[in-house]
Amino acid sequence: MIKTIASVSLPVDEVLEIKKHRIIPAGGVTGKEKRISVVTGIHGDELEGQYVCYEMIRRINEQKDNLTGIVDIYPAMNPLGIDSITRGIPAFDLDMNRLFPGNKDGDMTEYMAAYIIKDVLGSDAVIDIHASNIYLTEIPQIRINELHRDWLVPIAKKTNVDFIWVHGASTVLESTFAYSLNSRNTPTLVVEMGVGMRITKKYGDQLVEGLFNLMREMGIWKGKTKEPRKPIISENPDDVTYLNAAKSGVFVPNVKHWERLKKGDHIGSIIDPLKGVVLDKIVSPVDGILFTIRDYPIVSEGSLVGRLLREEVVRASEIVNEQISKNDREQVNENTRDYMDGQKGEF
Amino acid sequence: MRKKVIYEIKSLYRDNFRVTGYEFGEGEESVCIVGNTRGNEIQQIYVCSQIVNRFKRLEEEGKIREGHKILVIPSINPYSVNIQKRFWPTDNTDINRMFPGYHLGETTQRIAAGVFENIKNYKYGMQFTSFYMPGKFTPHVRMMKTGFEDVELAKKFGMPYIILRNTRPYDTTTLNYNWQIWETNAFSIYTTATNVIDKASANMAIRSVLTFLNKEDIVDYHSHDGYISEVVDDRDMISVRTKKAGIFEGIVNVGDEVIKGQPLANIIAPYEGHIVETLEAPEDSIVFFAHDEPITYANTAVYKLIQREK
Repeated sequence: MIKTIASVSLPVDEVLEIKKHRIIPAGGVTGKEKRISVVTGIHGDELEGQYVCYEMIRRINEQKDNLTGIVDIYPAMNPLGIDSITRGIPAFDLDMNRLFPGNKDGDMTEYMAAYIIKDVLGSDAVIDIHASNIYLTEIPQIRINELHRDWLVPIAKKTNVDFIWVHGASTVLESTFAYSLNSRNTPTLVVEMGVGMRITKKYGDQLVEGLFNLMREMGIWKGKTKEPRKPIISENPDDVTYLNAAKSGVFVPNVKHWERLKKGDHIGSIIDPLKGVVLDKIVSPVDGILFTIRDYPIVSEGSLVGRLLREEVVRASEIVNEQISKNDREQVNENTRDYMDGQKGEF
Repeated sequence: MRKKVIYEIKSLYRDNFRVTGYEFGEGEESVCIVGNTRGNEIQQIYVCSQIVNRFKRLEEEGKIREGHKILVIPSINPYSVNIQKRFWPTDNTDINRMFPGYHLGETTQRIAAGVFENIKNYKYGMQFTSFYMPGKFTPHVRMMKTGFEDVELAKKFGMPYIILRNTRPYDTTTLNYNWQIWETNAFSIYTTATNVIDKASANMAIRSVLTFLNKEDIVDYHSHDGYISEVVDDRDMISVRTKKAGIFEGIVNVGDEVIKGQPLANIIAPYEGHIVETLEAPEDSIVFFAHDEPITYANTAVYKLIQREK
């Protein structure tokens, strides 16, 4: 069922509508079902979530009998932005993700934001899919405000992302969609993956697997799902090293995204095509994994060209995950033994 | 007058990005005046240019008091002005949402940090800025309610109104807010226009700045004292909102006195020409802000009114 959740007339012969697609179990609802909301397109230039929305609906419709809860898909929170390749809300030049929780008595943008919050509020989980921006490519990750760490990290672990980044609280971020919902007891995860203006299908498929896994854990899906990958978790600001351009020029990478680097490795160069010279050679200041890399070549002094997660954090996560896997195996063995013992008892 | 480059970044193909300041007088860092941070704030540059011109004369005449240094930065963002874009050319970020800035951060964070480093210790900070919605204002001084704001001091500008703004989360990264946090007495000054030159309100702003500095014994300047300012909390302002979108036909202007029930504007059906909505004044009031674009969206505050004393 496709429903318009907010609408407003534009000046000349057009109505702006924000729509959602609600999918319910084949046998109808009892009112006790859990609800997951998948939201994307708050920034009009971030398109990775478009494929995820499509693929979620496609897979659910293929196995409708496995659906035991409510799935709400909101593919375009900022339809004018998506249509005009504009990050913010066109005409207002406002970042939509700084307008929440909105205001029904406010201007058009605040009014739309208020209706969005009203509709999504009360979901048992909300996934807000972003795609970095047009400049940077991100590994599939979930970003969590430290204020909501204890609540959200366990949910995030089920979503098959590679990385969970717990970041510091900031007053400015209080007007985001996710903060507005989290502060109103609706758990909301912010996914960042891929790059603006593009669709990275493998990341989309990876997240879709994770969302089905989460739905299964929530009791919304009873179909088969894959075991989610174990994410690296960073909770300390010192875990992440930022690489900013020291010179204005054209960035040419020398390494791959999500590559593990040693201190001193050549990450890329900033070149000057007019003079034909290298303006700056960017080398890794630490051992670590490159989870963000610049995609858009033109850089100004200060432009972010990459982010590194320190090697010790990556290793620590791997050790924990290896331990978890070992415990899992031991648990399986114990279960097997219990079963065998039970079998023995029967005899 | 001493002209100096406050902050500079090299570009690949454009001329260097420069923030240029003009210093007058010697001594303690008394007054810093900042013009545009966005590319469409042309009136704000114009006002600063006229202030530079006035200070130049005052300095030559020995009318800047001893012990005071004044810094005027007409533009923090010439790059955006030159390509006629409101925000930063490459990533569309707003420099006035980057304060206090970060030296190791992204480009606009570095610009904010580079500028703020030079202006954060001034006793008085004045910024000519603009509203995010298109329209005309009654000239006023605006202050954020941070707990450090000094309303009595603001009255010395002699502007018609002092507006107290209740801060929202996104205000905490503006220059005005951060100046106050760093204990500068910060004032945002709004004239009538943004992307066009309005000489009358520009002249009022210039006179207000000089009047303030005269009262604070920083310059020797004599004119009339201006208005006895009315202090208004922004929450007490009456917003008149459209219910319909369409062609906007304003009837009243900023500064006009209106009575309850008086038509303020018509919204016209864009293809068929009939009036779809007439906006009326809900109270006897004074027009403080008026929308000035030919079209309007629905739910848009096209007028802001200040209620007249009963």
